[in-house]
Amino acid sequence: MNDGKHLLEVDDLTVSFETEVGRVRAVDHASFFLNAGEILCLVGESGSGKSVMTSSLIGLTRAENASFSGTVHYDGVELISAPERTLERIRGGQIAVIPQDPMTALDPVLRIGDQIAEQIRAHTDVGRAEAFDRAVELMDRVGIPQARTRIRAFVHEFSGGMRQRIMIAMALSCDPRLIVADEPTTALDVTIQAQILHELADLCRETGTALILVTHDFGVVAELADRVVVMYGGRIVEQATVTDLFDDPQHPYTWGLLGSVPRVDRPRSARLPTIAGAPPSLVRPPTGCHFAPRCPHRFERCVEVPLLEARLPRQPGHRDRCWLNVDEKRRLRLVGGEIGLASGAPRTLA
Amino acid sequence: MNTQELLPSALGPGEELPVEVAVGSYRLAVRRLRHNMGALLAGVLFLGVVVCCICAPLYARYVAHTGPLDNHISEQVTVGGHRRDVVSLIGIPIGPTWHARFLLGADFNGRDVAVRMLYGGRNSLIVGFSATAITMIVAVLIALFAGYYRGWVDSVLTRILDVIWAYPAILLGVAIGTSLALGGISIGPLQLSGGSLYIPALIIGFVNIPYVAKPIRGQVIALREKEFVDAARILNASGLRIMLTEILPNLSSTIVVLVPLMIANSILLEAGLSYLGAGVQPPNPSWGTMISDGVKLITSSPDLVLAPGLMLVLTVLCINIFGEGMRDALDPRAVRRRTRR
Amino acid sequence: MNRFIVRRAFQAAIVLGLVSIFTFLIFQVIPNGDPAARLAGRTATPEQIAAIARSWGFDRPIYIQYLHTMGKIFTGSVISYTQQINVVDQIRRGLPATISLAIGAGFIWLVFGILVGLLSSLRPGRLLDRTLGFLALTSISSPVFVIGSVALYFFAYRTSILPSGGYVPLTDNPLHWVEHLLLPWISLSLPFIGFYSRVLRGNVLDAKHEDYVRMARAKGLSSRRVLVRHVLRNSLIPIMALWGLDFAGVIGGGAILIESIFDLRGVGQYAAESIQVLDVPPIMVIVMYTAVLVVIMAAIIDVLYAYLDPRISLNA
Repeated sequence: MNDGKHLLEVDDLTVSFETEVGRVRAVDHASFFLNAGEILCLVGESGSGKSVMTSSLIGLTRAENASFSGTVHYDGVELISAPERTLERIRGGQIAVIPQDPMTALDPVLRIGDQIAEQIRAHTDVGRAEAFDRAVELMDRVGIPQARTRIRAFVHEFSGGMRQRIMIAMALSCDPRLIVADEPTTALDVTIQAQILHELADLCRETGTALILVTHDFGVVAELADRVVVMYGGRIVEQATVTDLFDDPQHPYTWGLLGSVPRVDRPRSARLPTIAGAPPSLVRPPTGCHFAPRCPHRFERCVEVPLLEARLPRQPGHRDRCWLNVDEKRRLRLVGGEIGLASGAPRTLA
Repeated sequence: MNTQELLPSALGPGEELPVEVAVGSYRLAVRRLRHNMGALLAGVLFLGVVVCCICAPLYARYVAHTGPLDNHISEQVTVGGHRRDVVSLIGIPIGPTWHARFLLGADFNGRDVAVRMLYGGRNSLIVGFSATAITMIVAVLIALFAGYYRGWVDSVLTRILDVIWAYPAILLGVAIGTSLALGGISIGPLQLSGGSLYIPALIIGFVNIPYVAKPIRGQVIALREKEFVDAARILNASGLRIMLTEILPNLSSTIVVLVPLMIANSILLEAGLSYLGAGVQPPNPSWGTMISDGVKLITSSPDLVLAPGLMLVLTVLCINIFGEGMRDALDPRAVRRRTRR
Repeated sequence: MNRFIVRRAFQAAIVLGLVSIFTFLIFQVIPNGDPAARLAGRTATPEQIAAIARSWGFDRPIYIQYLHTMGKIFTGSVISYTQQINVVDQIRRGLPATISLAIGAGFIWLVFGILVGLLSSLRPGRLLDRTLGFLALTSISSPVFVIGSVALYFFAYRTSILPSGGYVPLTDNPLHWVEHLLLPWISLSLPFIGFYSRVLRGNVLDAKHEDYVRMARAKGLSSRRVLVRHVLRNSLIPIMALWGLDFAGVIGGGAILIESIFDLRGVGQYAAESIQVLDVPPIMVIVMYTAVLVVIMAAIIDVLYAYLDPRISLNA
């Protein structure tokens, strides 16, 4: 239902691909929303479907072997069924992307200035000189020194952090209302990861741009997110505001993720907790809950796919996919006094 | 290049976690190849040609009753009840009789074209395969040493490759072929007479070396940066051992793809050299020499050019189709080039 | 960039030196027998052979021989003893035909190779792609002399649409110049068209899946703009490099087979005729000149490549 309040509304989105080894369901009935100006963090392991989801929002995964169901509403426009022309208008102009690896995302044989300017000229009716001026302005804004000369440089002449700043500049160039950043700091040095992320978040807040930030780092989530969506095995398993997620997580996978964050205020001798097992195959997924094979709390009902529902009366925006009863969850998620995922064989429950 | 296939997982309390089995890239490649009808057909056809050529002596003895070098220029043969000259008074040889003798006709010397085609095919194939063997062995060795050790070894070897590569293949082949045709070769233990079949094989094998060595060298350079090479070095493996056990196996798919390509190129180059007279020396047959003989009589007997020409194109085409099928099967990126599923 | 050019030129010079030594080895040193007799050809008298031996320095140490040989080659004073003509003069006479052949064919195969490659890459795996791919493979598998002979037979002998050979200079009669060159151009181009189309198709399909193409689409660029600005630019650069080298090879006599079939009396045919009679001096000179041409062309192309693809000069 699109009641016009949300900037982006994803409703029951499913994305599948026909491959050599079978049909892969990369995104499985995903539903979430995003408000204007909000920062939403999308969390999950590799293979959880987060990249496919974000790419599919603007139709970048369309291919002969891809099939889609469900809807994505952006500002009243439905994107899944939209013609390519409409999507071209929206991409880069309304919804901008910051990719994971800035090195490969930029054309190695074209100058940086050309690449920023071509995006501007695709969405606004300006001449070449004006587009270049705007590009210099943007590069300045994201902190690239000597922008006027560097604009004629090629991508390999920049360091990793600078490259990602260029991507941020490109993303902001047409004043988008939504930026989708797919693990924008993974390819960068650890020392500047935090800096780049903060700069990005600040710029978004300054301009009132909404941001979907894909990450697997809970530290980042805690610092920057307004709301969080957790994905596993192609499905959204939990979504909530950041405080609700940290205070009252409802899904065992979330407990596992929270529990595995290294803590500086704990003794170092203990082994880092992990979640046993491996992510499910998306070709032959388990029946029922995708997390059940790894979940120590699974029970009979888990062979039935849990519905993504809000189960807490005072947190209407907090939805999860777990059949366990709320009180059980609040009890089971405490391992040694902290939130985490118990290890060992599942215990049978009443 | 591993693909993961999951065994079906049953679910229930106390069940074990699902296990993942890795399918090696060759298994996947074979599976892809099996589905490629065109490539398989081409491969079978090529094998058919090879078998026929191997059976050349059998055909000569039992079917055509003549050898590839026997000329019947002044004889006559019975066709459909009439006696005809094998080679007419004005020098035009008989066309295809579609009978056991002179199945495809005779050439200007009265020799049986079909027999010469099979023997010529033998020669062309022998030269093609031996040349490829020479090229692959020498080129891989050069590429391994140059790519792994780098430094001055690499510089020297690359310069040598550049030198060979500077000459257009056929020109170089012609140059060496002409030189050696006059007197044969004698460098140390290598003694070959001017008419030996191995001379074209050596020439072609030699000329093609840079086309294999350069790409493989590039791969070796990339591979030596990989972690498993570092690991082997830490374990004190010698350079030679690393090259053989770590790098060479990873080159296998490139080599496998290059081999059919090189066979095709070698056969074409041999045909070209023989056509010019710098390859297989007459009177030995080769598809190239047959075509060059046939061109002289093309107005009256076009089949003298068409028969060996078609054979040549067909054989090389089959190798190329099969080679491309192998390349598609081994290259994971090739999947996206065949988006039809 | 300038440092790169200097370095590349230096490399080229070394290779040229090595090429000259190698050519010398092939012709004078490695084969069996008396080099003077070989040069003299089949119809020489003992006195001629002795004179040749003196003139080329075969009675002197090997490095003197090398200097004599190279001196003769590069001052254009090599004489074909069998034909009693100066080799370089003869080459000069054959140049117009060879260059006409090379330029025309080069243009045709570049344009059509790119066209066919692009057509194939539009809808990969579909009927058009598979058909063009098969045709390309067939043309790659066909030796030029087979294509040439067959074309000659059908267009010149069987019918009389086109002349059966010979070369008419452009300045004499442009129409006839084209007529006489049409079949040679097509015959020479076909295998190249096949090869280039496959290479371009591969490049385009690879480029289409590169991250920067994805990014360009994500920026909202129209697919046509993405194709031209990003995909084509990256795909065509390697093609240009290939073309330069092949072109140099053709000029240098690599079109030896085509010229022979169509009797164009160019440099390549001169080489072919010399082979027939085992006349060594012309072959030696032609091979040497061609190699020099290719090495220089390769160096020029490397520099151009570095200019077009900025990643290169850093890694050289």
